[in-house]
Amino acid sequence: MTATLPENGRPEPGARPLVEIRGLDVGYARRREVTPAVIGLDLRIDPGEIVAVVGESGSGKTTTANAVIGLLPAGGRITAGSAVIDGVETAGATERALRPLRGRVVGLVPQDPMVGLNPTRRVGAQIGEAVKLRGVRGPAVGAEVLELLGQAGVPEPELRARQYPHELSGGLRQRVLIAIALAGRPKLIIADEPTSALDVTVEKRILDHLTGLVREQGISLLLITHDLAVAADRADRVVVMRDGRIVEQGDPRVILGSPREDYTRQLIAAAPGLAHGGRVVPRFDVRDQPAPEPILTLTGVSKTFGAGDARRGQRGFNALDGVTLSVPRGRTHALVGESGCGKTTTLRIALGLEAPTSGSVVLDGTEIAGLSWGGLRPLRRKAQIVHQNPFAALDPKFTIKQSIIEPLVAMRVGDRRGRHLRAKELLDQVALPASYLDRLPTELSGGQRQRVAIARALAPSPDLLMLDEPVSALDVSVQEQILRLLTDLQTELGLSYLFVSHDLAVVAEISHTVSVMSRGRVVEEGPVAEVFTNPRSPHTRELIDAIPGQRTAAWAGNGKETLLTANGS
Amino acid sequence: MTRYIVGRVLQAIVVLWAAFTVTFMILYLLPADPVKLQLGAAGIDEDSLTAEQVAALKHEFGLDKSIWGQYWDRLTGALTGDFGQSLTQHAPVMELIDQRIGHTLLLSATAAVLSLVVGALLAYLATFVRFNLLRVFLSRLPSLGASFPQFFIALLLIQYFSFELGLFPATGTAGFKSVVLPAVTISLLTSSLLAQVLIKSFEETLRQPYVVTARAKGLSRSAVHLRHAFRNAALPAVTLLGVLVGLTVTQSIVVETVFTREGIGRLAQQAVLSQDVPVVLGIVTVAAALFVLVNLVVDLLYPLLDPRISHGRAGRVRTPDASVEVTSI
Repeated sequence: MTATLPENGRPEPGARPLVEIRGLDVGYARRREVTPAVIGLDLRIDPGEIVAVVGESGSGKTTTANAVIGLLPAGGRITAGSAVIDGVETAGATERALRPLRGRVVGLVPQDPMVGLNPTRRVGAQIGEAVKLRGVRGPAVGAEVLELLGQAGVPEPELRARQYPHELSGGLRQRVLIAIALAGRPKLIIADEPTSALDVTVEKRILDHLTGLVREQGISLLLITHDLAVAADRADRVVVMRDGRIVEQGDPRVILGSPREDYTRQLIAAAPGLAHGGRVVPRFDVRDQPAPEPILTLTGVSKTFGAGDARRGQRGFNALDGVTLSVPRGRTHALVGESGCGKTTTLRIALGLEAPTSGSVVLDGTEIAGLSWGGLRPLRRKAQIVHQNPFAALDPKFTIKQSIIEPLVAMRVGDRRGRHLRAKELLDQVALPASYLDRLPTELSGGQRQRVAIARALAPSPDLLMLDEPVSALDVSVQEQILRLLTDLQTELGLSYLFVSHDLAVVAEISHTVSVMSRGRVVEEGPVAEVFTNPRSPHTRELIDAIPGQRTAAWAGNGKETLLTANGS
Repeated sequence: MTRYIVGRVLQAIVVLWAAFTVTFMILYLLPADPVKLQLGAAGIDEDSLTAEQVAALKHEFGLDKSIWGQYWDRLTGALTGDFGQSLTQHAPVMELIDQRIGHTLLLSATAAVLSLVVGALLAYLATFVRFNLLRVFLSRLPSLGASFPQFFIALLLIQYFSFELGLFPATGTAGFKSVVLPAVTISLLTSSLLAQVLIKSFEETLRQPYVVTARAKGLSRSAVHLRHAFRNAALPAVTLLGVLVGLTVTQSIVVETVFTREGIGRLAQQAVLSQDVPVVLGIVTVAAALFVLVNLVVDLLYPLLDPRISHGRAGRVRTPDASVEVTSI
């Protein structure tokens, strides 16, 4: 099945490459016009090698992966070049020729585990299907399914195999998808942004597990990611792509240590974990400064969801248990923790969208816990929210201007002309041209949409912005731009932020103070500079360990090679 | 689960009651004189009767009562399955319906099964075929089918299959053979509607990431289509099923007239034309009951088809959205 490998799991030099792509052009045909997505790509993957392809959205990295497995979306086709996989030419190959490759030679771990599994079939059956394709029959199938689930790190495989995908968490679903990819005993696994939809801690566990598995079984891995830090931590070779072309490739140490291209340098600078040599370096140190008056204070806030409440199932009965935190005026307070720790519930209570079971919420000197909807309305001008997913947060039928002025219309602020001027001013503040006023959200990129969402939140001139994972859905390089915009707006307008995130590297870039949450409680709090450099809670430590870029940090720490300009360390 | 079913049955009863009441009110507002109608049917001129005789007749049929009194009589009667006497045909309404409902149900059921099979098959092929010309042709077929007027199709079918080939009878209610042409006529519309929804749904489903997962396993296209796409694509169409079955009943009114079949449809048409209020009321109630029943069955079928929906303890329908925010492992 797998080629006999030397002891260290690495192939002997000169072995036949598993994947050999030469001069590959891939384009998408639309209305008789072919838009190139990949241009003149050369890529080689040896048996047992881990190759990471890094690039922003639209760089052609996913198209490359799809071309390798012959699963280009409708309209996509290979227009030139060759892609030989395990001795089979896939460029121009028929479905019949490609099918034996899929599953048996190349396994795929898709991008979003939430939608990667058939919702109407049991998990076990979906894995079993792939096992049966190898000709396994009878009770052996079930046994192998359980073994695969075990290998993929799924606890209680007997129980899980009988469940449907919606009964599993995102992390577990991704592990099931890994089990499916393993089921065909492939020589290569393509992992297409396998964890970008997951928490950092889950991301780290799953990627560590996956790389461990492929090393153990001598499988090659093609890891597609937008995060250079994730790639650098795991790959034998990093390939940086931009606009369908390879910008540069090589050993991650060389790429990170002495990047030849400007673009690679930008990517390094954008990855918060890499920018400081893989260490968390808080941007703001407020340890010795007196805290300003708080604009928002939560004291002993608890929330209990009643039996039968749909939200109860997410995590236990007590969603929040005595949460106390405060956001100092003009500063950023971060709320961090894994999914389901109560961050979003806290945010909803702070906004007055949800009533706490007990405790007090004071916004700008007014107690809002227990206020009626009507009583809350005047206070809505003071606090606004920016959501996680900019693709879902804007009404697709509204123009940008309509979206931005909507809060003003709802609150009856200003007249037609005043609102138009305000919209222009707001767009200017978020660094978008005024010509965008009449555009629709679909014409904008993710980062631009998030800028619009920020502009909309700023429209009623609030003092406090609640930022619910505002950059988690964005590419690393775009993340950095949005974070810089938020910091600039804070200085310019004197805003206060409550910043919810699971990514400590991002938090370090923007926050002054932080509360770490776990299972509905605040387990640690204080200035970021204190908490991140000297964590007391194991939960905080785990979150810090999950920040990508650690392997790089280890290299830098060993001092064997000077990887980065040592300004951060 | 039991609680859910009890709730749904109660809902169904309310719907039935509302249908009955609304129909009664509309019919009451019609400017028809039931006594005159009945006398007309018996060949007697109203003027030949004395005022006392007319009053006696009105009293016999309960027509001298107030609207609420009449409504109460009708409602309690309907609850015991008694819709009163037909005004134009000398028989109880229930008996008239009873004689004909079998024919209509057979026609509806045949048409429903036929549209299900044809619609599903067409959608399946239209999304599976790879030869582009055929694919386009198949996927345009439903809009063509839905836009043909039914009476025209019926006449074409009669002309060809009855008069030229002599395969099926052109008219009548005798035997299963007589059902074929009317059923084909009805299912042309309903199968087209079903196929249109299914094709859209298939196209949507085939774009889902889990289809890519299935293909990446190395499954053949037919396995992906059948095992992964079909069930998921069918889900939105299931909701349509209740409406479609209802449609086959209403369509039978048109079709039964063209094929001169002795069914509920024709009875309804005659009753409306002759303003036979009790018959119309009876038919509307029975049809509403059928409709409600079919939709109840469809709703109960849903959780069997889609494991994400469960009619849980509290009767709350849990949608996948409720579990979007998941806990990590």
